[in-house]
Amino acid sequence: MTWVQANRDYVLDMLLQHVRLSVPAILISVLVAVLLGRIAWRWPRAGTVVLGTASLLYSVPALPLLIVIPVLLGIPLRSGLTLVVALAVYGTALLAGTAADAFRSVDERVREAAEAMGYSRAGLFWRVDLPLAVPVLLSGVRVITVSTVSLVTIGALVGIPSLGNLLTDGFQRDIRAEIVTGVVATMLLAVALDGLLVATGRLVTPWRGNVATGVTT
Amino acid sequence: MGIEFRDVGKTYPDGTVAVTGFSCTVPSHRTLALVGTSGSGKTTLMRMVNRMVEPTTGSVLIDDRDVLGLDKVELRRSIGYVPQAGGLLPHRRVVDNVATVPVLTGTPKRAAREAARGLLELVGLDPALGSRYPAQLSGGQQQRVAVARALAADPNVLLMDEPFGAVDPIVRRGLQDQLLQLQAELGKTIVLVTHDIDEAFRLGDEVVVLKTGGIVAQTGTPQQIMADPADDFVRDFIGSDRAERSLRTVAVDGRSLVVDGDGRPVGVLEG
Amino acid sequence: MTLFGDALAWITDGAHWGGAGGIDHRILQHLLVTFAAVALAALLALPLGLLIGHTGRGRLVVVALAGAVRAVPTLGLLTLLGLALGIGIEAPLLALVALAFPSLLAGAYAGIEAADRGAVDAARALGMSEWQLLTRVEVPLGADVIVGGIRAATLQVVATATLAAYISDTGLGRYLFAGLKSRDYVQMLAGALLVAALALLLDLTMAALQRASRPTTRKVPA
Repeated sequence: MTWVQANRDYVLDMLLQHVRLSVPAILISVLVAVLLGRIAWRWPRAGTVVLGTASLLYSVPALPLLIVIPVLLGIPLRSGLTLVVALAVYGTALLAGTAADAFRSVDERVREAAEAMGYSRAGLFWRVDLPLAVPVLLSGVRVITVSTVSLVTIGALVGIPSLGNLLTDGFQRDIRAEIVTGVVATMLLAVALDGLLVATGRLVTPWRGNVATGVTT
Repeated sequence: MGIEFRDVGKTYPDGTVAVTGFSCTVPSHRTLALVGTSGSGKTTLMRMVNRMVEPTTGSVLIDDRDVLGLDKVELRRSIGYVPQAGGLLPHRRVVDNVATVPVLTGTPKRAAREAARGLLELVGLDPALGSRYPAQLSGGQQQRVAVARALAADPNVLLMDEPFGAVDPIVRRGLQDQLLQLQAELGKTIVLVTHDIDEAFRLGDEVVVLKTGGIVAQTGTPQQIMADPADDFVRDFIGSDRAERSLRTVAVDGRSLVVDGDGRPVGVLEG
Repeated sequence: MTLFGDALAWITDGAHWGGAGGIDHRILQHLLVTFAAVALAALLALPLGLLIGHTGRGRLVVVALAGAVRAVPTLGLLTLLGLALGIGIEAPLLALVALAFPSLLAGAYAGIEAADRGAVDAARALGMSEWQLLTRVEVPLGADVIVGGIRAATLQVVATATLAAYISDTGLGRYLFAGLKSRDYVQMLAGALLVAALALLLDLTMAALQRASRPTTRKVPA
């Protein structure tokens, strides 16, 4: 605890950096994965290719990805953009399959009835498919949020600052309190973001959970 | 006027023939019941009316206009649709479900909700149920909501896809009575799909019995079909041989009691 | 893009093969550490997972554990153990075992859970003992899910074994860190490509294994 007190500003600064790297990566992952999942759902044959590629990408470990991306995109290795891109690729790969499942989870009877009532294509997507896909989608977003926050730490190995710096710095200078602080702070951030997602999920899916109450005939 | 099926056929890309050369006219304010087993093409025929399915041959006309010439989305919004069980939007409150089409066509939300509560009353539901989600209602209540939703934009045409198929017999009976009463007041042009011949006879002014592949076994009023089944298929389908269809009278204490084939009393003959 | 060519040339350069620090040696080391970690973890996790799946007790603990471990930064686990245990192979191995454990446990438990309850009930009614039920019905029916857990664990371990080179001279990750230190991007990229290829191959193998263990449902002609 004394270490934390003595280095409060440093820890908070690294925490802020951590948020700046993880949140954009998560947001990009969700956007791209929903798009790919929708494609995979709409055109199953193309979907097999898309989801197969995604799972192949996912099996590439994050650190090598971090080293390959700057070469492919011509950006510096130590830039935060490199890490955001790597984590977005990773998050997308992990989430695309879930996004396709999420669209598949929408009751076909509901879609059909909505179409028969005269929803346009765009209306069907935004007002029926997407809201009803939220519960399954959210479970996937929670997974990638936690894993992304944890993975940001490896950026420290190539010199991209985050809470991961507490891990490498603590290791090199033999300060266990620093490493423990880094681990705990990373986990707390993951838990906080996860809590935020759960709360948002409840807010945007008010029809769930109310199901058991007050059924009368 | 009304709905006209003009020699329509539907063959799916994989070669499955759902319907061939079907012709039929539903006069305005009348109810046509399409009845048959699964695979008889009855749902395909109904779905041609709002272009959920497009015929590969022939045409469907509403008030003498070919539906293929109309905008798909506009057409669907102008036709009331009662889906099978489970067709309500689970993420919308009951009032918003009922207000769906009016809101889609630009009615302000408040006015549409106000009207929706009135419609709930019309179909025999407490308007207070409007603020619930569909999953909080019983199956029978949900189908009443579905009927209210179909009526919300005051369409001339109603399509009903096995609307009461998933509820238990007593509730189904109540829903059918409600529909008959509504129809007497509103006079919509209705195409109803069902696999239940009793429902077809109760609700249909005209009944089409379909065989596998969309072949018409018989068309006629319930009376005509019951009195003179066209062939063994129809006889079997309407259950002419079933005990509850072969009624006769017996005199008991000076009154004519109607009994079924097993001798169980079903009623008293009057007059 | 020439960097990729240089990295490939680096990999195919005969001078980097053979000997104690050679590519072949490091690939073998990387694989050995991976297998050792997964095997050790499996020895503990699989029986426990099967037990939890069969009895249905403690499943909440499994779910919570699997979730919590995902949140632990693996680098933190590695560096802490590295400080505690020193430079040897023990620290990374222990970290890898700890990481593999939840995936294996969750896979084993979910596999049993996935077995058709109707089939299990029927087998019990036929008079199978609990042990027979587990080995002859539940495990065969859930085999692909259990192998899926092993696959997930292997994938995670092979990736983390790369990070292990940060605290110990182990596996292919060494090329990455050596290249990083000496600003030798070619060596670093070569190491990255080797690790990526190894992980891909391993995952494809495990995927094939998972497919092969899917229970064949024989359809009886009516």
